[in-house]
Amino acid sequence: MKIKSDIATSENGFIFNPATGDSFSGNAMAAQWLLAMKNGKPEEDIKKDILEKYNVSVEQLERDWDDWIVQLKEANLLEN
Amino acid sequence: MMPENYSTLCIAVTGLNANDNPGPGMAVIRSLKAGFGDRIKIIGLSYESLEPGIYMHEHVKKTYLIPYPTEGTKALLDRLSYIHQQENLDVIIPNFDSELFNFIKIAPQLQQMGISSFLPSHHQLTLRDKLHLKEFGSKYGFYVPADHQLFTADDVKKAADEFNFPMVIKGKFYEAYVVYTMDQALKSFHQLNASWGGPVIAQQYIKGTEINIAGMGNGKGSNISVVAMRKLYITDKGKAWAGVTIKDPEFIKLADNFALVTNWKGGYEMEIMKNEEGNLYILEINPRFPAWIYLTVAAGHNQPAALVKMALGEEATPYGDYEAGKLFIRYSWDHIADIKDFQQISVFGEF
Repeated sequence: MKIKSDIATSENGFIFNPATGDSFSGNAMAAQWLLAMKNGKPEEDIKKDILEKYNVSVEQLERDWDDWIVQLKEANLLEN
Repeated sequence: MMPENYSTLCIAVTGLNANDNPGPGMAVIRSLKAGFGDRIKIIGLSYESLEPGIYMHEHVKKTYLIPYPTEGTKALLDRLSYIHQQENLDVIIPNFDSELFNFIKIAPQLQQMGISSFLPSHHQLTLRDKLHLKEFGSKYGFYVPADHQLFTADDVKKAADEFNFPMVIKGKFYEAYVVYTMDQALKSFHQLNASWGGPVIAQQYIKGTEINIAGMGNGKGSNISVVAMRKLYITDKGKAWAGVTIKDPEFIKLADNFALVTNWKGGYEMEIMKNEEGNLYILEINPRFPAWIYLTVAAGHNQPAALVKMALGEEATPYGDYEAGKLFIRYSWDHIADIKDFQQISVFGEF
């Protein structure tokens, strides 16, 4: 899963799609995941970081990740 | 004219009606001052005594009333001759669809008087008007919604049978309403017929994201500038009250194709609906700058300044890329004037 290269993101979780004008506000976790994805960090590494930093089960993380990807797809922020 | 002389130009501009359905005049003036500095002399040309720009002397040095388009080209030329004697105009920028026919017609005489302009031809004007837009799209392979010309109430019913609801009812020159019932359709038809004359147009409703494109054609098949904007806040008249510049190669390609097939000369605005399949439907092509034209300046393209340079014979270089994510937010402001000012423009036709 790759975030479109022209998507603008900020450290506070604001996302702007310059091709459509859509903008979104994400929380701190969204900002962190977006930044990692934009930097090309592999999915497994992002998940590993989360599991190390936060008290969350693998099952919960997988559910949240799937939900996250669905939201990114709906928002048209992923490369086809 | 050499570039160093641009700062002392005298430029006449129409469209000073900076109201909730604004003409582009004040935005054009702001762009010109951004391009050439505050020393340029702006002369306003207005049709009514309460166009706000008349009273904004920090932007408009002096305004003259001019005759309505229905009074014909002779009345317009006579009035502009008088104004030229007073002000020594260098360039004129008309900003209303309804006045363009006359301005194009007298452009050669104005040029002889020393007043330059950069306008499309009558043929170009007709190609994209609402009555011919579908035909234009079919001929050149653009997506354009189906439409019907409406002369009578029966025509409205026929259009509704074909398009179903919602559909769009549009005035010949201005205004458009999305209607959901036959009552609304008939009311809009009668209102627009009374305001702008016939025929009124019924257009198939296209669901999607509305995008506007401001373009500046060089008259030789290319654009000097193309800037796209998505409306973020829309008034009940469908006008943008806030918008943001956006960038997609498809928008540039569409505008470049338009300039190529028409050899469009001057500013224009394309109103686009991008449907779910990603097809770009042209809803309208306005033959002049849009009221949000100052946003193009903010994004790095000063289209009105480019127009002035080309009007004066300079070969303008295409601007190229622009900045996405520039936002405009319109606001209203109670400008204070004196009844004597209103009297001056109303009685003497100049202020």
